[in-house]
Amino acid sequence: MTDAPLISTSDLSVGFRTGSGFFGKSLLKAVDHVSLDIRKGSFFGLVGESGSGKTTLGRALLKAVPMTGGTARFRDGEVDYDLTTLSGPALKDYRKRAQLIFQDPYAALSPRMTVRDIIAEPLEVMGLTKTREETDTRVRAIAAKCRLNLEHLRRFPHAFSGGQRQRISIARALVSGPKFIVADESVAALDVSIQADVLNLLKELQRDLQITFLFISHDLSVVAHTCDQVAVMYLGRLVESAPTRRLFAAPRHPYTKALFSAIPSLDPDDRGRGQKLTGEIPSPTNQPPGCKFHTRCPHAIARCKTDEPALEHPGDGHEVACHRWRELLDERAA
Amino acid sequence: MSVPSETLPAGVDQKAKEAYFTASQGQLIWARFKGNRTAMIAAWALVLMIMMGIFAPFLSPYDPTIAGRDENYENGAPQLPKFWDENGFSFRPFIYATERERSIKTNFRWVVTENREKRLYMRFFVEGWEYRILRVIPGDLHLFGVDGDGKIHLFGTDASGKDIFSRTLHAIWTSLAVGTLGVLISFVLALIIGGVAGYFGGWIDSVLQMVTDAIRTVPSIPLFMALAAFMPDHWSSETRFFFISIILGLIGWPTLARRIRTHLLTERTQEYVLAAELCGASAGHVIRRHLLPSFTSYIIVDLMISFPYMVRSETALSFIGLGLKDPVNSLGALMQNVSKADVLLNYQWYFIPVIFFVALVLAFVFVGDGLRDAADPYSDTKK
Amino acid sequence: MTALIEVRNLTIRFRTDEGLVTAVEDVSFTLGKGEVMGLVGESGSGKSVTAKALMSLNARNAVYGEGSRITLHTETGPVEVLKLKTARDLKVVRGGAISMIFQEPMASFAPAITIGKQMVEQLQLHGDMSKARAREISVEMLDRVGISDPARRFDQYAFELSGGMRQRAMIAMALSTKPKLLIADEPTTALDVTIQAQVIDLMKDLVNEFHMGIVFITHDLGVIAQTVDKISVMYLGRLIEEGPVREVIRNPKHPYTQGLIAALPKLDDLDAPLTPVAGDIPSPLERPAGCVFHTRCPKLLGGVCRTALPGDTRVDATHRVACHLYPPGGAA
Repeated sequence: MTDAPLISTSDLSVGFRTGSGFFGKSLLKAVDHVSLDIRKGSFFGLVGESGSGKTTLGRALLKAVPMTGGTARFRDGEVDYDLTTLSGPALKDYRKRAQLIFQDPYAALSPRMTVRDIIAEPLEVMGLTKTREETDTRVRAIAAKCRLNLEHLRRFPHAFSGGQRQRISIARALVSGPKFIVADESVAALDVSIQADVLNLLKELQRDLQITFLFISHDLSVVAHTCDQVAVMYLGRLVESAPTRRLFAAPRHPYTKALFSAIPSLDPDDRGRGQKLTGEIPSPTNQPPGCKFHTRCPHAIARCKTDEPALEHPGDGHEVACHRWRELLDERAA
Repeated sequence: MSVPSETLPAGVDQKAKEAYFTASQGQLIWARFKGNRTAMIAAWALVLMIMMGIFAPFLSPYDPTIAGRDENYENGAPQLPKFWDENGFSFRPFIYATERERSIKTNFRWVVTENREKRLYMRFFVEGWEYRILRVIPGDLHLFGVDGDGKIHLFGTDASGKDIFSRTLHAIWTSLAVGTLGVLISFVLALIIGGVAGYFGGWIDSVLQMVTDAIRTVPSIPLFMALAAFMPDHWSSETRFFFISIILGLIGWPTLARRIRTHLLTERTQEYVLAAELCGASAGHVIRRHLLPSFTSYIIVDLMISFPYMVRSETALSFIGLGLKDPVNSLGALMQNVSKADVLLNYQWYFIPVIFFVALVLAFVFVGDGLRDAADPYSDTKK
Repeated sequence: MTALIEVRNLTIRFRTDEGLVTAVEDVSFTLGKGEVMGLVGESGSGKSVTAKALMSLNARNAVYGEGSRITLHTETGPVEVLKLKTARDLKVVRGGAISMIFQEPMASFAPAITIGKQMVEQLQLHGDMSKARAREISVEMLDRVGISDPARRFDQYAFELSGGMRQRAMIAMALSTKPKLLIADEPTTALDVTIQAQVIDLMKDLVNEFHMGIVFITHDLGVIAQTVDKISVMYLGRLIEEGPVREVIRNPKHPYTQGLIAALPKLDDLDAPLTPVAGDIPSPLERPAGCVFHTRCPKLLGGVCRTALPGDTRVDATHRVACHLYPPGGAA
């Protein structure tokens, strides 16, 4: 594909000053020099555990939190925005093109508004429709796509289950016709039987409306089934990125390998597969020097404690940040 | 072995379910409130008393000011209407006429005697002294009165012959009015200060918090004593009335402001507010569409709970002489007379307004509690 | 295997503003000494309510059905848990013979008291021992659950520990009174997956060492498959399938169990489409008549599923299912 990627970041950093009072504020590097490209039309998975910075990265790309370093660009064929300096009318326009689906279906919907009003709110705020009829038509259209019927539109959120609320959230995100959606742990709070349903809906919407998704999740199995490209983050850094099949067939980074072996298998006899990690995830305010993962890495050497590994490219769209990836053999059974 | 299950113990029919699904927050709160018996009883009592206060002139047979006093019946005991006495039964309730005489036999002091032979029948919807309801609607009709020249005093009279029943009803109105004004003033101030602090956060919040806390630490009694000393004697009761209300409002806003600030701080971080902001919603939209509706129910509860404090404050102040004074009719002013030993021994009916005061405050408190429980979605361990 | 706790015909309803809501209906199961049972279900399945009933922890607006019985077999004889009323009687059950660990460890530990103090308090409440001895046991337990530098951690507050460590500390606290039965309510759901793996390994080791019975509640079938001996599946308050974990996962009988397993994304077949269970879980106010699953069942038989509750059918000695597809007398 020779098109420019929809989103491309270069050494993007997002930092926060934490701590109270006027003294003793430490810098929390939530996202630390991340460079990635999201192709138009792809379903891009961003995986990590707590403190990985994946949620912060997603929100930074939507301008919900300020970026403190590096660059990010949005090119959808119609516009070309520099996300680090976006403001004013350009920012308003960007908001029409990029939206967020939240994790918690219970907190993301105002309990005092009817479903119709919730879905219509973006249209009203952005001034995309002129009459009430126009708004109603668009709301009904997107609600139908999310399998919500007319009766549902009249009700309040308390009448719905988690899965249904998530569909309302999705409808709200889509009503303004965005081409880029960040789904922040959008199925994490859902039951397994509903999760599959919502994921299928997202894939369907992607096909029908040609939307690019940034799918943030901690659940590798879900990501494996829905995404075509996966990036793994640890303590704010991008440690590995590859097309899905390749990543799952041959992960290169020790952390990625550990993530796989940590997933409990449905086969009761398949136990103790691969390397289990010891130790705790370091606090983001107190990050280890050198390679952030060295404190838990079973393959760490002296160099890992002092030098941060750069992102290297083994080829075929695969990227990995590890000093020893060449030496370490693939431990996953084919 | 299959068990047929025709009857489901938890039966809820379809219409009720749909009603639940489409019920707005306000409707849900009201439904929960209705289920709370204590609160509903208190609510009815409150409505009743408010009505009594508004229609006080209609319900009072006599002008509660000095103009309507009964010279023939000073410090008179309550006269309860009878239907039956030794002379026979009567459909129309009646009281006995009273006569006042002064003679050498009584050492030239006025003595009031009851003439049990002369009956004064009660009449309903009589014409009497003129009034204006809420200062707007004129009228001269009163609910009841008696035949002839006599007067009926259901709660007795005070030292100058003013009918306590009439005074009490008008006093309810005055106390409510002062309370309402006080609550309104404190609410407006609390909304502005608490609102700004809660919405912007940061250093603005810190500074406003310091101001709020400073005002809260001011002790109210000494403040009022100082102000009472300030108040010129020539001020009319009206002016005093407004002055007291304003002062109560200025003292009362910190508590409300703190509550508003807390509500706002919580609401601002809700995800659906972030969702609106991500669409590019302006601050005005967020405030109007999300923040204000979200804390309306809480604020109504807070206001309801503030009322008894205002009424109590006014009453307390008037009682100790720093607020409204006789001859103004307020519950506190009425109770001022109660503390004299003379009254305690001989004229116990002076206490009747106290009952009304207690009832009014309790009604507010129970309604406020009921509203708070109804609005709080986490209180489900009551039934 | 001798029975440790027997649950018979447990029915629990809650009095709410919207009416009487059924959370658990006619649930029966037996847990043996040293047996690990997984209670699986999604939201609204009633699994947490069932577990809390074992310790009589449900809210005051809970109404237990006639004929509901929970019998705990202690060294001093059987105890009817639902009949215990006073706090003193309940102490036997709560924290003594039965311990519970929760999903959110921050909720278990009082924030203003050190962990050590709470553990010692727990021990002294349930046994007659000196503070010094209680401290000794507590530090030992902290070490046993893999917390490094346990003596120092003993004096720390809950917020000073990371999520994984807090969960371990909670397990230590629960196990220090050497309970016969441990109820684990979603203990790993809030943890990161690499930490979850550690905690699962820890629990398996502890089961081997302490021989306690465990009721492991979760919605995560993968975690269940790795930790339990027996699995019970609940849906809308009813127990619909129960059996040895290998059996049920490889050979699920109930359409809901089948749907649940099919809906899981599996790493060994990335091409397989995700198949959800059709429909949405009914609201507790709209409990279906007949078989509670019939509104979503892909193998609906017709009238009988809509009107009649299926009874339990034994597929074999240890595997039972409640479904009209398996009438009693006829094998699956």
